[in-house]
Amino acid sequence: MNGVHDMGGMDGFGKVEPEPNEPMFHEAWESRVLAMVRAMGAAGAFNIDTSRFYRETLPPHVYLSSSYYNKWFLGLEEMLIEKGYLTREEVAAGHAMQPGKALKHGKFDLANVERIMVRGKFARPAAAPAKFSIGDRVRAKNIHPIAHTRLPRYVRGHVGVVELNHGCHVFPDSAAMELGENPQWLYTVVFEGRDLWGADGDPTLKVSIDAFEPYLDPV
Amino acid sequence: MSHDHDHHHHHDHDHSELSETELRVRALETILTEKGYVEPAALDAIIQAYETKIGPHNGARVVAKAWTDPAFKTALLEDGSKAIGTLGHVSRVGDHLVVVENTPQRHNMIVCTLCSCYPWEMLGLPPVWYKASPYRSRAVKDPRGVLADFDVTLPKDVEIRVWDSTAETRFLVLPMRPAGTEGWSEEQLADLVTRDSMIGTGFPRTPGAPS
Repeated sequence: MNGVHDMGGMDGFGKVEPEPNEPMFHEAWESRVLAMVRAMGAAGAFNIDTSRFYRETLPPHVYLSSSYYNKWFLGLEEMLIEKGYLTREEVAAGHAMQPGKALKHGKFDLANVERIMVRGKFARPAAAPAKFSIGDRVRAKNIHPIAHTRLPRYVRGHVGVVELNHGCHVFPDSAAMELGENPQWLYTVVFEGRDLWGADGDPTLKVSIDAFEPYLDPV
Repeated sequence: MSHDHDHHHHHDHDHSELSETELRVRALETILTEKGYVEPAALDAIIQAYETKIGPHNGARVVAKAWTDPAFKTALLEDGSKAIGTLGHVSRVGDHLVVVENTPQRHNMIVCTLCSCYPWEMLGLPPVWYKASPYRSRAVKDPRGVLADFDVTLPKDVEIRVWDSTAETRFLVLPMRPAGTEGWSEEQLADLVTRDSMIGTGFPRTPGAPS
């Protein structure tokens, strides 16, 4: 979706402000939100792509004015409500009012903690040979899906070169909408900065994205 | 040290000052617990693991080894996940970590314009600026302007390569080894490797500079 989260190339957000000796969490609740998102995902309530989609679909003014972990919290709460794990009435009351719904992987308890400290695996067997080879010129499709996609707007319509092939991976566009993993070949595609940003762009700049095969056309 | 209370900062003895967000987060945890979805002690353990086990010290060890062991460096650039997997102490990096090398001709920078993708296992949880709008919007269009915000200047003819993490691949910058470190041990070198130097928004410390 062409959401406000797709920020590459937007102007007006101001300077980057590094924070000396930044704490891991600025407030205790941030750590609880991180832990709840990790736990409920590991318990099978949602996948990583779905959770990203719920954050992206926050109203733009909410997205822009919320701190990072607040976006995580708002996305988590809405996702759990819509998926039937809790109700708006329970959220309003601050307590459970009916039994829980079964989780795909069961309750998240202490025995599960070690397993989630290992990064998930997203590679999948290939259903068909790769369409593109390293060095091929490809054009990022000019598509504007209304649901989740990982093709940023700033490369759409532009020609780049395939630089790496990462194998077949879970396709976020399908997984986020719970339409299955639909694995697709994944490539690093590199673009010239001036192709993206015009003649005034930095002549020394190259930008790459990781693009799934359905995002690309041969040139 | 100041004893001023920031109005965003709350203490357990000060319940009357809980923010709306904090109240809502607590309520959600209560509901998830009462419905039998999560065990609070397991949430505590997740937080503790992030606070104690992950962090840029993991990435710094990898970089220092690459600086001192040419065979490891070759293997690291060939397949980051596999090479790091051979080091027992930092083995949980996932399947697709790509290490990109800075050279006198080319400087690499990592960003996630769509959200906050970041190699947690190597660098810990990302800093606020990495996840915030100014960095995400500008890194792919005006990287030299972003570097200026970090007081970093590159020669004009150095190519800048920005890697936008738009899938589950994660990227780590292998910065250039500082001059004047001939004969240094891996441990000494690891102390020079900063988090930002592994994102591409900074350089390693130089010998003698304050840490």
